[in-house]
Amino acid sequence: MYLYSEFDTAFLAERNAQFRAQVERRIDGSLTEDEFKPLRLMNGLYLQLHAYMLRVAIPYGTLSSAQMRQLALLAEKWDKGYGHFTTRQNIQYNWPKLRDVPDMLDALAKVGLHAIQTSGNTIRNVTADHFAGATADEVADPRPYAELLRQWSTDHPEFQFMPRKFKIAITGAEADRAVIKAHDIGLQLVERDGVLGAKVLVGGGLGRTPMLGKVLNEFVAFDDLLAYLEAAVSVWNQLGRRDNKFKSRIKITVHELGIEEIRARTEARFAEIRPEFRGADMELLERIKAQFAPPAFRDGSTAGFESAYSNDPVFRSWIDTNIAPHKRADHAIVTVSLKAHGATPGDATAEQMRLLADLAERYGHDELRISHEQNVILPHVHKSDLPAVHAALKEHGLATANIGLISDIIACPGMDYCALATARSIPVAQQIATRFDELKLEHDIGHLKIKISGCINACGHHHVGHIGILGLDRAGVENYQITLGGDGTETAALGQRTGPGFAYDQIVPAIERLVYAYLDLREGPEETFLQTYRRLGMAPFKSALYDEEARADAA
Amino acid sequence: MPRAYTPKIVTANDLLEGDVIYLTADDRWSRRMAEAELITDEAHAQLRLLDAERQTDRVVGAYLADAQAGESGPEPTHFREDFRRRGPSNYRHGKQETAPQPRA
Ligand code: SF4
Repeated sequence: MYLYSEFDTAFLAERNAQFRAQVERRIDGSLTEDEFKPLRLMNGLYLQLHAYMLRVAIPYGTLSSAQMRQLALLAEKWDKGYGHFTTRQNIQYNWPKLRDVPDMLDALAKVGLHAIQTSGNTIRNVTADHFAGATADEVADPRPYAELLRQWSTDHPEFQFMPRKFKIAITGAEADRAVIKAHDIGLQLVERDGVLGAKVLVGGGLGRTPMLGKVLNEFVAFDDLLAYLEAAVSVWNQLGRRDNKFKSRIKITVHELGIEEIRARTEARFAEIRPEFRGADMELLERIKAQFAPPAFRDGSTAGFESAYSNDPVFRSWIDTNIAPHKRADHAIVTVSLKAHGATPGDATAEQMRLLADLAERYGHDELRISHEQNVILPHVHKSDLPAVHAALKEHGLATANIGLISDIIACPGMDYCALATARSIPVAQQIATRFDELKLEHDIGHLKIKISGCINACGHHHVGHIGILGLDRAGVENYQITLGGDGTETAALGQRTGPGFAYDQIVPAIERLVYAYLDLREGPEETFLQTYRRLGMAPFKSALYDEEARADAA
Repeated sequence: MPRAYTPKIVTANDLLEGDVIYLTADDRWSRRMAEAELITDEAHAQLRLLDAERQTDRVVGAYLADAQAGESGPEPTHFREDFRRRGPSNYRHGKQETAPQPRA
């Protein structure tokens, strides 16, 4: 795990001291809000609907037990006993008081955490595959490179005043769990002739104008990658539109100029700046890599696991949904669901965070991950420990067996918290999960991803949900638009709108009609919702949504 | 003929707590919308907004929100202001956890 150097520690301490003074000056009236706002945003402090909100970065979604405990402490001491994990692998505190924020930041700094570059027109927290370093299907652990990118971009003089925010995601596997095609730059590690490098995608993004990233380069060797990325970002930094917020993201630049032109300009710029890099980045990468060395895995029998699996149906169901294959056959990757039916997606109480920290310490080589799907992962658990882990999770309401199922919903904070929202998203997620739990259909329905955003900014990734829900304000009432067929993986696709939206009290019945239509239409339980949609297209689902509604209205 | 002016209230967030607050007719900031001054005149609304914006050491982000007269004081006309008045729907937090306290 990456440990902060003395330089990082001193840097954080200085930043926090500066911010403490700025908060004081805001409170005593010597700074106006206009002066203070950019400063607080630089430190992750937003003003939301009902309170301030502090957004803390969790670089590439990786946490140690000590860091998780500190997050719990913040929740308890300065918030309302919980935190909200987001689709950007961050944690948000919904109720901090302005005066307390400097103390919160100091407490975070003690464990090497901070809220820098969680806001503003900078290169944001680099996100990564949450199974990195553990999964059986990766070429290499992408996190050392993510860390290199973090160091390169933090306070990089050229990248503090960019046309707009810039998001990078990285994966080491072909199977894309990091939604790399929905990022300004997406990186997939690949090996070519024994040389490690990355496939570089550019121009992806959701929001008002959703677009999937295009291939900028099929392969850039690690030696050249940082220079290449700097070239790509600086091309956009020059060309990107600063006059219009809605046209400023790199996806628009790529769209307007064409990928060939962007590629040509990137190559030209790359040729210019490449000599400046002289391999220092590679030396740094080697040093970083040492800190991500795999843990000392334990050998041992998995007989206890096998017998629990055959004898305990509750355990078996949890294993079948929440466990992913580890690169070692006697280990497993555990996804802990933060989506208990009816709970707020992504929320964890301080007590739950502490339990997760304890489990990571005891059974998981001290490592935790936060997924963009708002769940927590224990990446390295020996199979013989799974029954004990499951039992402990169960006691704390964390053993819901629903990963990848209909109640494993991504939902942004929406109008329950977010100042930008046009409608609520959390209660919609709660109601869908509760409804399908009542119907006892969840496991029968199988793999189905519902993603909900409370406005066009699409933090809830609704465009890439198999079923996407977008909450809008239509003439002063909440209205929910449905998209179908979205996919955030390596077979990425943007969902298509079904038609007119549904009122707040009609959206859950609408989803129910869609799901029943799928159950009728599928060729068998193996065919997922997405596959059925791809085979049959929109028409039968549209009919289920609107014709039945029309019939009900007529009746 | 001039269009009828939609009545307004002045609302903001408390600088220290972030909580939603409302400007009252007697120049206090209240946590309860029902205590807000319901403003029916456009020129007066602008003046009250200026009054609010000047209090930079106490409030953040003051603005005029549409409102209507209700039985026990001004009420929201839009769901956003209704949520701001009430608090989040997933937990009884914010204004829902403490009895509303008028602010000095
Ligand atoms: S999608 Fe909109 S409502 Fe949801 S968190 Fe993002 S900005 Fe807020």
